[in-house]
Amino acid sequence: MMNYDLVVVGGGPAGMAAALKAKECGVESIIILERAETLGGILEQCIHSGFGLTYFGEELSGPEYAARFIEMVEKTDITVKTDAMVLDISESNLVTAVNKKDGLLKIQAKAVVLAMGCRERPRGALEIAGSRCSGIMTAGTAQKYVNLDGYMPGKKVVILGSGDIGLIMARRMTLEGAEVKVVCELMPFSGGLNRNIVQCLNDYNIPLRLSTTVVECHGKDRLEGVTIAQVDDKLQPIESTKEYIECDTLMLSVGLIPENELTKNVGIAIDRVTNGAVVDEMRQTDHKGVFACGNVLHVHDLVDFVTMESQLAGQGAAEYILNGEKETVYVNSTTGNGVRYLVPQRVNIKNGNDVKLYFRVGKIYKNAKVVLECDGEVISSKKKVKLAPGEMENVVIPADVLAKMNENSTIVVRVEE
Amino acid sequence: MKRDLTCVACPLGCQITVEYEGTEVLSVTGNTCKRGDAYARTEIVNPTRNIASTVKVVGGAHPVVPVKTSAPIPKTMIFDCMKEINKACVNAPVSIGQVIIPDVLGTGVDIVATNID
Repeated sequence: MMNYDLVVVGGGPAGMAAALKAKECGVESIIILERAETLGGILEQCIHSGFGLTYFGEELSGPEYAARFIEMVEKTDITVKTDAMVLDISESNLVTAVNKKDGLLKIQAKAVVLAMGCRERPRGALEIAGSRCSGIMTAGTAQKYVNLDGYMPGKKVVILGSGDIGLIMARRMTLEGAEVKVVCELMPFSGGLNRNIVQCLNDYNIPLRLSTTVVECHGKDRLEGVTIAQVDDKLQPIESTKEYIECDTLMLSVGLIPENELTKNVGIAIDRVTNGAVVDEMRQTDHKGVFACGNVLHVHDLVDFVTMESQLAGQGAAEYILNGEKETVYVNSTTGNGVRYLVPQRVNIKNGNDVKLYFRVGKIYKNAKVVLECDGEVISSKKKVKLAPGEMENVVIPADVLAKMNENSTIVVRVEE
Repeated sequence: MKRDLTCVACPLGCQITVEYEGTEVLSVTGNTCKRGDAYARTEIVNPTRNIASTVKVVGGAHPVVPVKTSAPIPKTMIFDCMKEINKACVNAPVSIGQVIIPDVLGTGVDIVATNID
């Protein structure tokens, strides 16, 4: 058995930032366990630019953003094991992993950072009728084929879901000579960033059909076409709007699900909306010494925000390792009107610092206010020209407000129209 | 003339309104930073975009290496630029920032690698 102060599960942007921050805070022995062959996570296949504007102040591609952190990790004495799959984390933070070189690894950790990222929602979750022919894949899988393997998965493409990966792939396939016939979005609005609708769809005259979904896949061995239909306000397909579109490829960009199998096995409480762990302001879960950050906690819009959140988790883990448990008095943060979820779900009022609450709204709002209410008193009320489910928002609870709270206090964030 | 644009300079995606006469920009409003102002002005006169793709690698760990334009190229040249990128081939090792195609199509813009191989 090996001993490490900190075990980081996942070597993507979240894991690397958490490990680096913990190192900077004085943690001596740190190991990153990464399932893939290299560090970097999903950034390795995100070759488009748009990363790093917030964190580095310049626009980088995914691999470039990852490379900066990989380089920083390499300059430290942080141990990295790639090709390593974590199988289990025990009640006492004993981490079991396996890789080809070492076989079974047992690592006793003082603290663990969960940074496993997320997976794409697959076809099975959508219950689309039709045959199980080839040519149907998630947008991220297609992205891996094209950008890492140099392989074009199809020529005539329909994309279901207008999340950012779908939009990015619409452009990527077009650049490589494929014809992207249409992007269908079930909801009456796109879940992707505005800039991606402009530069990935509008620039190439790719139609975006809102309130539209794929109802059937046709083809025996290979996909030959799909039937699409508009949906009513209960999201049910409208029979009379059915339309056949010939295509050999259907890409799905229909949401991301945090990959929390390990988390659930430990018995850590999961937020039913985010599908990630319930955490406090340092991203500590309800299992002592286990922290979670990045897309395994909640799906972020930008990697820059993943980095910043993971630094908090790294700092939290470092404080736990170096100083032991802190005095804690937890107050839950509560979602009010229009707010789908809040991270962190609970705040230690003894923290002594400002605490930022991140959240998403359930629908599009124009000229609305984001209101933070603590103990029934309005602490802040910020006017927003636009709020959209695709864009994560935040609100700050000032340290002096937290200092005045007690265990019976309330924190509510809501949208006022 | 008036045109509404969604800025693509950063993920914020500000809604910008540009007033112009021919190729002369009279006013830019709605942007929240200097990059937005610059984007709106170029968008009216000569729209440009950055593109990213991959180039074949020989002798590397991967079949392809990602590349990007070192600066935005005219929108009208995107597909011609893709043809040049798809013709290119590079021998490993490749380093980040390595110029794969210098001055692509005489634009003064280089195609550079964005990962190692």
